[in-house]
Amino acid sequence: MSDVLPWRPRVPAAAVLRHDRARGTDVLLLPERVVVLHGSGRAVLDLCDGSRTVDEIAGLLPAGADTTRVRHEVSSFLHRLRAEGCLR
Amino acid sequence: MTTPPPPWALLSELTHACPLHCGYCSNPLELTRRSQELSASRWADVFRQAAGLGVLHTHLSGGEPLLRRDLADITRSAVDAGLYTQLVTSGDGLSAQRLDALVGAGLHSVQLSVQHADPGRSDEIAGRRSFDAKRAAARLVKGRGLPLGINVVLHRHNLDAVDDLVELAVDWRADRIELANAQFYGWGLLNRSALMPSREQLQEATETVERRRKSLADVLDITWVVPDYFSGTPKPCMGGWGAVSLTVTPDGTVLPCPAAAALPGLDPPNVADRSLRWIWEESAAFNAYRGTAWMPPPCRTCERRTEDFGGCRCQAHALTGDAARTDPACSLSPDHAALVALTGTDGSPQLVPRRPTPPHRPAPAGHERH
Repeated sequence: MSDVLPWRPRVPAAAVLRHDRARGTDVLLLPERVVVLHGSGRAVLDLCDGSRTVDEIAGLLPAGADTTRVRHEVSSFLHRLRAEGCLR
Repeated sequence: MTTPPPPWALLSELTHACPLHCGYCSNPLELTRRSQELSASRWADVFRQAAGLGVLHTHLSGGEPLLRRDLADITRSAVDAGLYTQLVTSGDGLSAQRLDALVGAGLHSVQLSVQHADPGRSDEIAGRRSFDAKRAAARLVKGRGLPLGINVVLHRHNLDAVDDLVELAVDWRADRIELANAQFYGWGLLNRSALMPSREQLQEATETVERRRKSLADVLDITWVVPDYFSGTPKPCMGGWGAVSLTVTPDGTVLPCPAAAALPGLDPPNVADRSLRWIWEESAAFNAYRGTAWMPPPCRTCERRTEDFGGCRCQAHALTGDAARTDPACSLSPDHAALVALTGTDGSPQLVPRRPTPPHRPAPAGHERH
């Protein structure tokens, strides 16, 4: 896709982001769907309010030494969720 | 015994009452009376227990859940427990006022049944004028910004309309459509011959779905539930017996799958007598076919045993009289030939419309062993 404007990921209004106490993890809930969030998945999705680009979201995460890798991982995580219909 | 992993989903059958009379209805032949239904406060307790156990989703289903006047209270209690709620409805009775009350209670999403893309034929299959109400309900749901799923049970009398049904889903601005080939349980088992599609119909519908999935990839999520009578591979029964979800019926009976009420000797527990945790983790009913230790040959040594879990216990029982046999839908089952023979129907018998109690004539689908 050759987007004129860069994508600004947004968790859909109908989705619920919450902690799952029974499994000790965070989850994204959608109709007929549960996405179990590992690592910084929750922190990334908390930034997906439609106001930031993928690069801006990655830039707000603690990157340590390897910023390129963080950018790459955040981008592939978000695009995968988008392909599954979990992000707008 | 090790503690099983927690369940993900709860099917809440709030009532068996329904204004529709679909011949494929998979609810039991003998329905629970309204006077036996759990109260809203009982449901609130079920939701709290379910959430404590690890359940994340609940389907508020039936029958027709809108026939519960206290549906908004029930919905609110599920939301308060932390559950993601989906109303599973025929659309009949979903006025703007009722939807507003449900949205106010925190309802997250709606799944709407449709019987055919043609209004007249949809009404015919549903046994009631209901198509216009469904279309109006879809408009209301989207107007409130809720995700909408369309659910269609497919069979001989609507499989040819798959393309139009997908078009209807796009037209009604649905987010997803579930095209579920009929499963033969409860009342639907009575109508098996009348519902059984032809192989040609299925082939064409399968191709249509594949084509539409490609062209609508960004618009509509299309789920296709394969007809296991024809596929030669059994469906993974509920993702494994007592592995993913539980069903609470209108009177509080707890089942590993909605069709399991038909299994003799299962002796399913009730929320009135036991905690949901005990039922999930310790009851004999939930442990009967859990895991792989119960399996007969050829399942026991099959490399697919942790993928399809030996198929459906209720179907094994319905077709062989023994719930612990390999699902005859599997081409490796010793009973597979008998199942294949059932697919040769010409669909000539009339569909018997759903009623609250069994018809007087003997059921054509017995428990005979072949």
